[in-house]
Amino acid sequence: MSKPLAQSYEAVMARKGEIMRKAIGIDYSLFEFGKLGFDYEAMMGSVAYSLEETARIQRAAGVGNTPLLELRNLTALAREVAPPGKGARIFIKDEAANPSGSFKARRAALSVYEAERRGYPGVIAATSGNYGAAVASQAAMRGIPCLIVQEVFDSRGQGQPEIIEKSRVCEAYGAEVLQLSVGPELFYVFLQLLEETGFFNASLYTPFGIAGVETLGYELVEQTCRLTGQVPDAVVVTHAGGGNVTGTARGLRKAGCSAQVIGASIDLKGLHMASDRDFNRKSFTTGHTGFGLPFAICPDRSDVPRNAARPLRYLDRYVTVTQGEAFYITEALAQLEGLERGPAGNTSLAAAFALAQELRKDQVIVVQETEYTGAGKHPQAQLTFARENGIEVRRGDPHDSVPGKNIIIPVHPAQIQVKDLELDHIRQSYLKNVVGETPYASLTEQDKEYLALETRWNQARIEEVLHHFG
Amino acid sequence: MSKEKESIIEESAVSGDWVEIWKVILEPGERASQVPEDTQKVPLEMRMRGFLVNERANLGESVSIRTRIGRLVEGKLVSLHPRYNHTFGEPQKELLAIGQELRTLLKKEGDGDE
Repeated sequence: MSKPLAQSYEAVMARKGEIMRKAIGIDYSLFEFGKLGFDYEAMMGSVAYSLEETARIQRAAGVGNTPLLELRNLTALAREVAPPGKGARIFIKDEAANPSGSFKARRAALSVYEAERRGYPGVIAATSGNYGAAVASQAAMRGIPCLIVQEVFDSRGQGQPEIIEKSRVCEAYGAEVLQLSVGPELFYVFLQLLEETGFFNASLYTPFGIAGVETLGYELVEQTCRLTGQVPDAVVVTHAGGGNVTGTARGLRKAGCSAQVIGASIDLKGLHMASDRDFNRKSFTTGHTGFGLPFAICPDRSDVPRNAARPLRYLDRYVTVTQGEAFYITEALAQLEGLERGPAGNTSLAAAFALAQELRKDQVIVVQETEYTGAGKHPQAQLTFARENGIEVRRGDPHDSVPGKNIIIPVHPAQIQVKDLELDHIRQSYLKNVVGETPYASLTEQDKEYLALETRWNQARIEEVLHHFG
Repeated sequence: MSKEKESIIEESAVSGDWVEIWKVILEPGERASQVPEDTQKVPLEMRMRGFLVNERANLGESVSIRTRIGRLVEGKLVSLHPRYNHTFGEPQKELLAIGQELRTLLKKEGDGDE
């Protein structure tokens, strides 16, 4: 009999590579080259399924083909506050219509299919978001065991209501839910569980997790054409880990659509994501800058060796809105459009409401997701919780918002505005992170081409930036 | 039923009961180095729900549970028949006002325009 493996934090983390290889079944080294690069398209092409196969797998699991709805009243409202001639038609892809209530079902459908096909005894995912419900739901359909690991509560034992709801829904689908307090060592527990169970790592960031979203982008173009006779001019995507942006943009391209891809996150500047104190001072547990920025800058610091979500390759623009603006638009969506949906998914809607006012009336802007709502995942629940945690809630100018201190609900729709984040600054941080101390001259030609694809900058500019910061 | 009797019943569980357990995964000194200071000071804790394996157990005792997918996990018994207590929260006056405001705005502006 083999000796039991050491379970200390350091010992388990040291076995990371080996555990991951078994749990994903992808040899990432096949795609790697030079000092830092890897062939992203080869990885996507050789591991994930074609768009047609993906759509077929999803349809068989009741996923996708969600309605595209025109938001006529919100469009009219945007036109009331827009400059003359401005105010694009706003459409929304009602992803809440998926089996588990969000677009994450698209990502889970492929991962769970793959786990079953390759004979893994079960699936496991580390997620505090809608993805847990999605994996649990898909696993229930296929009759395979599912384990979800979540970061739920702080050191007082107080759980974030939005995440508690996700614990509940995972259990409702028959999954085992392991709840943890705040901290990145969730990954350590996750590795131990992978080793113990031999389950498939249904990570959000494998090629399966990303290819699953491509159908969303593709459907969206087809539906927009059918409803309006034109392709979308802009598509707004709630940006967190980068998979939503990446998959949607790839789907748009496969449909031949060159719409501007705009990422939108809730501004949580100043709150530390691994802080026990800050954990319950935020009212959004996803779709925020606490994920959006680090995942853009360090995509490969995820739960897989090479992240298939590469948001910097696809984002044309990246904007933020405040928590109060997202709650306001969530209320407006329910009251004016008859669609009660979860606030996190409406991050991109809040942004689109402002962005529509930059476009002409004959243009089309598409919000590419909604998510289900429920106890905990609701503006009232979140604002009640915020007050209990000492956050000031009031009507006012959202520009006075300070994450973790207050939540300001606009007094007028004209106050909803986006704040642009400089993608070039993010690209600089990305380069500093990836290249580090390595001299640019010592990189291979393939590495240099890789960095150009990652940043959408030419090699001269990359060299100049690295020289400037070196 | 008297309060005392109720609390006695609620403090012990029998085999097969749906319960919640708790345990410490990492003590404060064992936390990852990149964790911020406030998080360093507290343990990494775990909570799970499952079916009690022990024949009988009281709150606070070390027990085993069988999870929904059949794993055996040990921890301290902290809750019997645990319920989810998350709700839709209290009505928020800041939100309640929005619907009427927007309908008024659309109606008023809509009258003159286009």
